[in-house]
Amino acid sequence: MNAAMPDVLHYSDGMLRNVLTTVRTIAMIGASGDWKRPSFFAMKYLQRRGYRVIPVNPTRAGDEILGERVYASLAEVPCQIDMVDVFRSSEAALGIAEEAVAAMAAKQIKVLWLQLGIRNDAAAKLAQGAGMQVIMDRCPKIEFARLSGELSWSGINTGIITSKVLKAPRA
Amino acid sequence: MSPTENDTNAPNYGFETLAVHAGARPDPTTGARSTPIFQSNAFVFQDAEHAAELFNLQTFGFIYSRLTNPTVSVLEERVCALENGRAAVACATGHAAQFLLAATLLEAGDEFVASKNLYGGSITQFGLSFAKLGWTCHFADMTDADALRAVMNHKIKFIFCEALANPGGVVLDLEALAGVARDWGVPLVVDNTLATPYLCRPFDWGADIVVHSATKYIGGHGNTMGGVVAESGKFDWYQNDKFPCMTQPDPAYHGLTFAETFGDFGFSMRLRAVTLRDYGPTLSAQSAWNLLQGVETLPLRMERHCANAQVIAEFLDSHPKIAWVSYAGLTSSPYHALARKYLPKGAGAVFTFGVKGGFAAGETVVNAVEIFSHLANVGDTRSLIIHPASTTHRQLTPEQQDAAGAGPDVIRLSIGIESVADLIADLEQALART
Repeated sequence: MNAAMPDVLHYSDGMLRNVLTTVRTIAMIGASGDWKRPSFFAMKYLQRRGYRVIPVNPTRAGDEILGERVYASLAEVPCQIDMVDVFRSSEAALGIAEEAVAAMAAKQIKVLWLQLGIRNDAAAKLAQGAGMQVIMDRCPKIEFARLSGELSWSGINTGIITSKVLKAPRA
Repeated sequence: MSPTENDTNAPNYGFETLAVHAGARPDPTTGARSTPIFQSNAFVFQDAEHAAELFNLQTFGFIYSRLTNPTVSVLEERVCALENGRAAVACATGHAAQFLLAATLLEAGDEFVASKNLYGGSITQFGLSFAKLGWTCHFADMTDADALRAVMNHKIKFIFCEALANPGGVVLDLEALAGVARDWGVPLVVDNTLATPYLCRPFDWGADIVVHSATKYIGGHGNTMGGVVAESGKFDWYQNDKFPCMTQPDPAYHGLTFAETFGDFGFSMRLRAVTLRDYGPTLSAQSAWNLLQGVETLPLRMERHCANAQVIAEFLDSHPKIAWVSYAGLTSSPYHALARKYLPKGAGAVFTFGVKGGFAAGETVVNAVEIFSHLANVGDTRSLIIHPASTTHRQLTPEQQDAAGAGPDVIRLSIGIESVADLIADLEQALART
């Protein structure tokens, strides 16, 4: 993806399924302890699907969210991170991409995922140039639910046509 | 490699494939290929935490069939896919769909605008019953986008029309109407019952929400009631302050903000989790299954419906006892150009005509037919006939009847999928008695 980013981002089901199947540990930037916040919804959902989600939020550092200690930065997370999931503004995404690239080797970060509504092409270029897979303007919770068929239960158009039993992308 | 695993661009499945497959995958427990009828009121929770997550909308799953049901959700995804939308909610009837739409978007004191060319039952629901709830409906002549602009005001929360109007022959310029909706920052809602997504997909022309009476062509066999509300997922609820229901913390859900939490399917989530939950016009699993059985053949049926309708409209148009025919498939129709643009595969199969001799002659025809059924429905495999002014549009004033294309001399046909020669012979013998 060296060419200019298209207006409408497309990620194939195969690519998304591969990411969600191989990733095990997710650092969630901008995680919130408020149960009504989308990040809390996503963290809880992903935990229940077998992912370890480590909250990163400088304003909450040292607290616990859903049983996990909150860290101030990616660098402070004391374990391997497969994917960085960003719940911040599009403007903040470039700084986070820089932070992810800096921590990439030490934490073995493979994927930078910007949440639904968040897009920053410069951040994507930077992370891709460093060798990360980048997904923008999507939610891993929604994509997991879509690929596993759960999203269909709420009448949402998954775009998935198959004569096979649909299997969840298990972490 | 299954289709879900391929790494090419998003598959662009054909309409006929979607009509059979969308939303229905083999049952993961039994392998059942036809969608099972999940005739169960409620669904067990894995544990107390799972129950809490479901009630908080933090995970997807089934609680109680008033909200979601596995058979109903297949129908929802099916219709949504056919409309090229993002999400859909099914409900008991087309009227329930319209109620859920309005009750989701409107507060008491709010207003909306609807086309004058509507099914008579919709005009009554909007103009009289909704008024009791504090919702004001303005009716506008939407064959003219400027006439719509003239009635717009800042309290109006949505614009409502039928793409192909019931009872007959009127096709609206959806792109022009979508332009008015965009300028005012409100959704264009299209009742796509008579066109069906096979003939016209309003989202492709800028509409934001589609409603259906699935009772008609979606089910298609005149045996099951149902309704659907679908959203395109493209409307920006944050562009103004008209939709606190989407953009403000919702007291009906402990302060959750639907547009923020659910993004491009937030409207459907709120319509289901609040409006359908609290008012309860749910579609039954059995009804959903019946409608699913019907929708699989929607493209086949619509092809025949439209082909038959075209032949019959031309027959009537050249018949000496017929005063006029209102069918957009006729080159003489003022809506023919719009039909060519928005309904290229056919101008639908519901239309009106007038018999020379007015009301009395019309009554003779309605009484004399042997294959056409005299009843109040459309979109059946069977051919149907009715006199709207004394039935479906009876509650309207004479002015409203005229405006809706349902004056005293008007007869409405809903052309079925029978042998067209038999339908023509039936009309011929009935007309011979006038």
